[in-house]
Parts: sequence; C-alpha cells; structure tokens
Amino acid sequence: MIKSELVSLLSEANPHLYQRDIERIVSTIFDEITTALARGDRVELRGFGAFSVKRRPARTGRNPRTGAPVQVEEKFVPFFKTGKELRERLNGGTDPGEDEDDFGDDEA
Amino acid sequence: MGDTLTRAHLSEAVYQEVGLSRHESAQLVEVVLDRISECLVRGEAVKLSSFGSFSVRQKGGRMGRNPKTGKEVPIKPRRVLVFRPSHVLKHRINKDLTGKPHALD
Repeated sequence: MIKSELVSLLSEANPHLYQRDIERIVSTIFDEITTALARGDRVELRGFGAFSVKRRPARTGRNPRTGAPVQVEEKFVPFFKTGKELRERLNGGTDPGEDEDDFGDDEA
Repeated sequence: MGDTLTRAHLSEAVYQEVGLSRHESAQLVEVVLDRISECLVRGEAVKLSSFGSFSVRQKGGRMGRNPKTGKEVPIKPRRVLVFRPSHVLKHRINKDLTGKPHALD
C-alpha cells in the first residue's frame, strides 16, 4: 500500500470529508513525526510502535575495496521499534518477544 | 530535545492543520494507524513517500541466548516488522541534529 492508496481507503470510509483534507491529515501526521525526530524527540504510539533517533558515533571505517582507512563522521539515524500489540498481531496473537536487532545502540 | 510525543500531539497537529473537531482529529489519527497496521498484518508492505516504508519479514527459528544470564533459549520462527526510513527522512534528521548535511550510506 502506498500513501495515495491509504488516502483513497480513508476517503471511502469518510465520505463527509474532502479527499484533499484526508491528504493533509496523512501528511500532517508524518510531517509531525519527522519534525519531532529532527529535534531529537521520540514519538511513541502505543500499540503501533515508537520512532526514535539513534546516534552513531564517529568512527574510522575502511574502504572495502582498497582497505584504506576513512574517517566516518558522527551521524543520527531514525529507528522504529514495533509496539507490543502490533508484534502480537503479526504473529497470530502471541508475542514472540523483542526484536534482537536493537541491542547496544545509543539513543539520541 | 529528548521529549516524547504521543498520539495526543499528532491529533493536536491534525486539529490545528485541518480544522476538524478535536474528537474527529483524534479518531482519524487512530484510523490512519489502524489501516497501516491491518495492511502489515496481512503481510503487505506500506510505503509512505518521503517518510519511509514498513515491511514484514519472516524470520526462522534459532537458538538465542539471554544476554544477561548467558542461558540458551529457543527463539521461535516469527514475523517482524522492518522500517526503512526514506533518504528524505534520514537527511533531514541528520542535517538538523549534526548541523551539517552529510553524505549518507
């Protein structure tokens, strides 16, 4: 599903609203999340999941082809952690536990 | 910096931006999240241009380890949700938080 399909789906269910208002609603939600993350804030949507920003410290990387050391600057990356309820729904109602992918990271 | 936003903030933003009632704004935020979740539960990916995409990945069972006790625990096969942020989102966050545009990836 892409954004326009989500908008159509919502328009059908809400015939009293203009489609362009639905578009604005959807954009506002994701713009708001983007702006919060760009401030370094977290966005926690219970049951769905939480968006946060992780800091990746500066490090000396290597050019994989030549092996030459390259300085990689500090960076900030967006991160999403699935909420408990959605994780359960993805697995037919039982929670298989946390993702193992989020160990050892620094949150901004 | 370091605050946590919730649904209430998103509904308030929708209320300010679109001019529906607070109640209806809150309901619509919920419906947006519900429709996205339903799609993912069906196993279908959701792509939101300039934000990112959510997809569902099947993971096989394996032996894991409790990092605290070192004890081996079986991990069952399961479906996990993966969020891939768009370049637009990554650049925006990185630019705002480091104060300079970066060459990413």
